[in-house]
Amino acid sequence: MITYRQKFDSLDKGALIPFFVIGDPDLETSFEIVKAAIDAGADVLELGIPFSDPIADGPTIQKADIRALDSGVTPAKAIEFIKRVSDYKDIPIGLLVYYNLIYQYGIEKFMLDFAAAGGNSALIADLCIDDVDEVKAAIEAAHLETVHMVTPNTSDERLESIVEKTSGFVYTVAVLGVTGSRDEVSDLVNPLIKRLKAATKTPVCVGFGISKPQHALDVLGAGADGVIVGSRLVKIIEENLGDKEKMIAGISTVLKEFRDAIDNR
Amino acid sequence: MEQTGRYGDFGGYYVPEVLIPALEEIEKAFYHFKDDLVFKEELESLRADYLGRETPLYFAKRFSEYVGYKVYLKREDLVHGGAHKGNNTLGQGLLAKYMGKKKLIAETGAGQHGLATSMIGALLDFDTKIFMGSVDVARQSVNVHKMKLCGASVVSVSAGSGTLKDAINDAMRYWCSNLSDTFYLFGTAAGPHPFPEIVRYFQTVIGIEARKQILVKENRLPDMIVACVGGGSNAIGLFSGFLEDESVKIVGVEAGGRGIDTTHHCATLTKGRVGVFHGAKGYLLQDEVGQVFESESISAGLDYPGVGPEHSYLKASGRAEYVPANDEEVLDAFEILIKTEGIIPALESSHALAYLISMKGKLDPNTVVVANLSGRGDKDVGIVEEHRPLK
Repeated sequence: MITYRQKFDSLDKGALIPFFVIGDPDLETSFEIVKAAIDAGADVLELGIPFSDPIADGPTIQKADIRALDSGVTPAKAIEFIKRVSDYKDIPIGLLVYYNLIYQYGIEKFMLDFAAAGGNSALIADLCIDDVDEVKAAIEAAHLETVHMVTPNTSDERLESIVEKTSGFVYTVAVLGVTGSRDEVSDLVNPLIKRLKAATKTPVCVGFGISKPQHALDVLGAGADGVIVGSRLVKIIEENLGDKEKMIAGISTVLKEFRDAIDNR
Repeated sequence: MEQTGRYGDFGGYYVPEVLIPALEEIEKAFYHFKDDLVFKEELESLRADYLGRETPLYFAKRFSEYVGYKVYLKREDLVHGGAHKGNNTLGQGLLAKYMGKKKLIAETGAGQHGLATSMIGALLDFDTKIFMGSVDVARQSVNVHKMKLCGASVVSVSAGSGTLKDAINDAMRYWCSNLSDTFYLFGTAAGPHPFPEIVRYFQTVIGIEARKQILVKENRLPDMIVACVGGGSNAIGLFSGFLEDESVKIVGVEAGGRGIDTTHHCATLTKGRVGVFHGAKGYLLQDEVGQVFESESISAGLDYPGVGPEHSYLKASGRAEYVPANDEEVLDAFEILIKTEGIIPALESSHALAYLISMKGKLDPNTVVVANLSGRGDKDVGIVEEHRPLK
């Protein structure tokens, strides 16, 4: 199974990381979408397990969560899904999940099952660095890598502690706020990339509000190692619920635009 | 953060990283200003002259005769605004003012916290925005109107069940994007640290007064204290005055809705399992895999699938007992208090009364009970009329 380090070392232009909610709008379509994303040039995948109360997410991802929950997705089914994806291609898979789902599954069992399915890291959106020791033993037992979030308002002291505990990549939040497409990349992100690059050799990937190829070029130009594109893609699902071919083609087209922009920079 | 905000293993601050600096800022300001003489003086003065404290501890003679033991009601329904919520919004509003914030946001269920926040927003000249579930907006239209009269804007949240938890989700999201000038005035003793501690601090006036008052009136401590529990702020306010008094039995009454064997209730401590929700570890109504239930109750103010972490701790440690009262028992209690005392209780507070009625004839006549009448029921008259039309 490929690690983040191996993947990032193999790239010289920057990683393209699409985000989807597992089972949005249903498990089969979701699998087709993820395959299309891989085929369109995704380097790493970020996948979310749907939760009833996703406080770190904006309306686009929340609606995706509701669609996925309505289609019957559970954490156990999400792990089966990850297995199918890693059987399709050996690609690093990061998970974005809310703590209660892992807590109820059993932290140790969850990490082991997720790792066995081919997952690389599980970022828990509502577990900040002060409390990550609650899951540390389980993550180590499952030999998972770690991905943690840094935001533009994170203090230097906390940033130090976060990068020290991060082995996969730093999930750099480009905005003060929740997930969602934005017209411009926030001017908060470049200074944050600089702070991170000065503090760590671990790859730095930027998400939240990356919705156009130009945004990707901006943050990669500022020194980031990858971009995470979520709401922009999930919006295409939402807008094409009646036409799955168009949905998948639309996602593929947008990701290829990102891919071309990154490869030609 | 300076403190972990733990009550045993419960509580904490399980939030996205982006919120940590905001919580740190509030925590620091709270620990500073709560002991600041100017702050304390202004709080004391407004508590007395604006909220109308202290509130009476009223011996409910005819209600006592009905249940067969002595019941004292802590009259939080007489606090300006009609509920205990003003204790907290005044305290936090002042804190926000001393911190230099310009905007207040708050979530609300029944509308009492939204109204109490809007009131303080007008008093202290804040730009105020209230997040309220669309179902609650519909069933509490009078309170919505009052909030708007106070100059607040009301955001109707239709995601999820359109109730309190969805309003909190959206308020938190808004806060994430507007941290620098906005103070999130959290309404109940739940959510991430430092909110449970701050809300408890400003509500503890209920328990401090009640303890002093009952010692004057009865020359002894009560045998039992009772309060309704949704998120749990009025209850922790009363309970906090008596936690060290081991002889005092503590009872929290949850919303049993249409019955705790249905899915239509909010009896979190009776039926929930421990989980992590809205920033804290505690009991939670959830399905097998951890998706949070949409709770249901006749009283919008108790309609919340989580509960404050200190209540989780008091339950787990056995210091307090938590019991449900269902909608029909609550409507009975609502009617009985009005008929015996001429006091219209909030449906929330009627849960505490329903427990007292369930103990009718079961306690020694000399038993002394203090119950928190957390709010007045004018807002609920229409709902009661729907369930039990007057003949």
